[in-house]
Amino acid sequence: MRRFAPMLLAAFTLFAAACEKKSQPAPSGDKAQGGQAAQPATAGGAPAETNTLLLGVVTSLSGTQATFGSSTRNGIDLALKEANAAGGVKGKKLEMRVYDNQGKPEEAAQATTRLITQDKALLILGDVASSNSLAMADKAQAAGVPMITHSSTNPSVTEKGDYIFRVCFIDPFQGFVMAKFARENLKIGQVAILQDNKSAYSIGLTEVFTRAFTEMGGKIPATESYSQGDTDFRAQLTTIKKTKPQAIYVPGYYNDVGLIARQARELGLTTPMLGGDGWDSEKLFELAGDALDGSYFSNHYSPGNSDPKVQKFIADYKAAYGGEPDAFAALSYDAAKVAIAALEKAKDVSGPSIRDAIAQTKDFPGVAGTITLDEKRNAVKSAAILKVAKGKTEFVTTVNP
Amino acid sequence: MQTVAAVSSGSGSSSGVPAPLRGILPVLVALPVLLALEWLLSDSPFAIYLLSIMGVNVILAVSLNIVNGMTGQFSIGHAGFMAVGAYIAGVTSLALKDVALSFLPVGVSDQVFLFVALLVGGSASALAGFLVGLPSLRLRGDYLAIVTLGFGEIIRVVVTNTEAFGRALGLSGIPQTSSMAMVGFWVFLVVLTARRIAGSSHGRSLWAIREDEVAAEAMGVNTTGYKVRAFVISSFFAGVAGGLFAHFVPIINPGSFTFVKSMEIVVMVVLGGLGSTTGAIVAAVFLTLLPEGLRSAFTTFGSGSNLAQQVDQIRMPVYGMLLVVLMLARPQGLFGTKEFWEVVPRWIPRRRKGM
Amino acid sequence: MSQLFQHLINGIATGTIYALVALGYTMVYGVLKLINFAHGDVMMVGVYMGYATALMLGRQAQSSPWGVLLIFLVAMGGCALMGFLIERFAYRPLREKPRLTALITAIGISFTLSYGFQLDIGFLPGSAPRAFPQIIKPVQWFTLGDPEFPDVVLWNWQVLSLLVAVVLMMGLQYLVYRTRFGRAMRAVSFDHRVAALMGIPTDRVISLTFMIGSALAAGAGLLYAIKDTSVSPLMGLYVGLKAFVAAVIGGIGNVPGAVVGALLLGLVEEFVVGYAASTWRDAVAFGFLILVLLVRPGGLFGRVAAEKV
Repeated sequence: MRRFAPMLLAAFTLFAAACEKKSQPAPSGDKAQGGQAAQPATAGGAPAETNTLLLGVVTSLSGTQATFGSSTRNGIDLALKEANAAGGVKGKKLEMRVYDNQGKPEEAAQATTRLITQDKALLILGDVASSNSLAMADKAQAAGVPMITHSSTNPSVTEKGDYIFRVCFIDPFQGFVMAKFARENLKIGQVAILQDNKSAYSIGLTEVFTRAFTEMGGKIPATESYSQGDTDFRAQLTTIKKTKPQAIYVPGYYNDVGLIARQARELGLTTPMLGGDGWDSEKLFELAGDALDGSYFSNHYSPGNSDPKVQKFIADYKAAYGGEPDAFAALSYDAAKVAIAALEKAKDVSGPSIRDAIAQTKDFPGVAGTITLDEKRNAVKSAAILKVAKGKTEFVTTVNP
Repeated sequence: MQTVAAVSSGSGSSSGVPAPLRGILPVLVALPVLLALEWLLSDSPFAIYLLSIMGVNVILAVSLNIVNGMTGQFSIGHAGFMAVGAYIAGVTSLALKDVALSFLPVGVSDQVFLFVALLVGGSASALAGFLVGLPSLRLRGDYLAIVTLGFGEIIRVVVTNTEAFGRALGLSGIPQTSSMAMVGFWVFLVVLTARRIAGSSHGRSLWAIREDEVAAEAMGVNTTGYKVRAFVISSFFAGVAGGLFAHFVPIINPGSFTFVKSMEIVVMVVLGGLGSTTGAIVAAVFLTLLPEGLRSAFTTFGSGSNLAQQVDQIRMPVYGMLLVVLMLARPQGLFGTKEFWEVVPRWIPRRRKGM
Repeated sequence: MSQLFQHLINGIATGTIYALVALGYTMVYGVLKLINFAHGDVMMVGVYMGYATALMLGRQAQSSPWGVLLIFLVAMGGCALMGFLIERFAYRPLREKPRLTALITAIGISFTLSYGFQLDIGFLPGSAPRAFPQIIKPVQWFTLGDPEFPDVVLWNWQVLSLLVAVVLMMGLQYLVYRTRFGRAMRAVSFDHRVAALMGIPTDRVISLTFMIGSALAAGAGLLYAIKDTSVSPLMGLYVGLKAFVAAVIGGIGNVPGAVVGALLLGLVEEFVVGYAASTWRDAVAFGFLILVLLVRPGGLFGRVAAEKV
């Protein structure tokens, strides 16, 4: 061993000396990706002989996020059924193939790769959680297959590349909207936060809200955390109660928020709660009972919207799957609609032409707001503020970007 | 020494090889095979992805088998060590992202840095294994199990709360430099290590601990020392597996390293047969392909029907039921404590007689 | 100061649920030396049985005393039957095999139940959590401070669950140490082969223990659902894990140990969240476990038996 020591040392020195800044490779890595992109993209266009167009969907059908996944699947299914009833696209029927990612990024990447290379999906839709969407975006971008995420609000998802689109607003906007509403409309000075430490969405909203709210002169007396899937939040709420906040910001998903609201009231904490689009579901009211009355949340659209398009969507959804659609269903329906419109418009069904068609989406009338994609491939959308009253939501105001 | 070499190569053919080459002969054989594989699969991303996942699972199963199978200790926190390796290797690679070796082509230089990152990740994980193992390996079976499980959960909480590890969103942007050759190389290395341990006097001590700890102690085996060493080796490879994982999965996040993942690895080891390295490999390959195979089977129902929408969800319950059925059908695992070549020859002659 | 009281109440309420689940774990471990990983999922199924019964009874009947009794009986009876079937078909054939084997079937059953209940085919409920009906009408039994804006609140079901846990613990202790069946249980636990030679029907004893454990799980699950007002397919996974930890802290196989361990764990979690950092709750819970095991390798009330050669 002793004989090897100097050799090892020498090898190491050589190694260290030879290290240098990658001069070319760093940008060329991007280029290599782009180069790769062009090649398989033609492969993506290959199955044009078949008489169906296949859309790939990757979402969580099992695990803690499964309830959002089934909404996602239903929303896309409804959009495809409508398109097929109207004669399909380019004379062909649309089909979707849904794969479960179990809420794990490695499964999401695997399912996406399978959809692209084995099943030859033309386009990828999904997922709710940003971690999964990031994994999918990486694979879709490398293969040159366009992908639309319906509700991943983390800004980094569309930064993966020019094949990745999104039809919802992003975290910084939504957090800012609620902070502004709380400070200016509700005239509140002290807001405690209860965030979901297992969800990047919740952490993102918390950061933005905290920054915006303190900049506007408000105070955040307490920031407590829970983990998705917990059912007991009394410890956090007891601590929050001590700080006597005027409102509690709970940027989480409805299945947790419902229980949080109930337990807050049970502990004698009667201040209103504020939240984001993760609240939007009729299940929220089933879980929370009347505990959320007087609370506000930001959303993509108002289900009470009298627009016939929205009402028709809600009625159709109820008829097909039972239960009111939640935000994920509405957004995935929109994402599928955008995809279908792009397929119709694209000159052929190769990756780049579909990509170009999606990028041109402008003033697209979705049920969850009008969609215009900006140069960063994000939807420019206004946010609606909704008030909860007696197990229903009431429209309060719209905030534009 | 002679017997060790014979056992490790599985056929006594190494006796004709010059002595200095004997140690690295398997490496010399394996490398060209791996490079050929790399070249063959270069335009099939799905096969590469699946094979990489499979390779990682094989490394995890074989390395856990050193602790659970050979030593008879019951560790159910392997995903925790995998997480340590994945995050440390990932952070290392992120830090070294912009450097290259000037005298090598970019592709080769990437592999060198990947190798360095894997070593760093593996070492960090081995250190964690040492820190956990030293005090807790004095505990009896089930208590050790719960401590390893607890360790896995603690790691996950730490990662979730650390800004440098990307918290809940996960760590993304790690250069995706993993290659079939690198995965294959480590699979090969872990199998070689496991076989060498099994055949050595070290391995005999581990078997002794597994069969009867008190008797082993009485025979002068330093049980704690051997257990800790087995644990450290095992966690090193778990760390490497995690490191590889981080270099082909675009984003690693705490949700990938839950105790359910640990249980999946335990299942592979037990299904393959406790103590059987080849059993662990076969079980890992089988269980990795099973969900994907079920997916293929179910998509033949056609994707338009209502059933097809549900089928992907049905995979997991079916997987659970298959586990029960498999264990009931073959409680000792596929190969028991034996290796592939000890089991299969016995099947073949019997079949010939039947014909 | 009032905050401390509230945290104490919360912590004991959480600990109570852990305790009830841990009792089942500990009993099964006592006779079989098997970590029954499916225990939490059996609990989850029991809660769904109770939920279905409550829905069938309707709003009026479900909160009447007889309705509540019926809900508990259905859930506990159904789970006892399920426990019997699981033991008979998944564990018994493997009893003479290495212990890890039965553990894998336990994991298999756990996967089947927890993923199976996420499907929405037939009677299966689907992944979305449901609101569990308030079958015990919540009443504030004690408040401190301004009644409109109370500092400390104590609810009837919190006291009720604790009473149930303590009564069950004493009942089990009586069963194990004062009855013929209990003696048989302890004999089986000591060495089931020798017990069989002494004329003890080991199969029946183990089956019965399993049924009692599963029924306990169902009861615990219902109290849990009443406390946190919801039911979901994944509820068993985490509570099962925490209850297992609690059982180990108390010394697995020891009945009072399970209750003490569970209450301790509940309080530790509560105070970590309340006074330190809420994001570190689970790490501290498991750290506490490791600490206890390092100081007392057999758990708080367990004994480390010297192995004989």
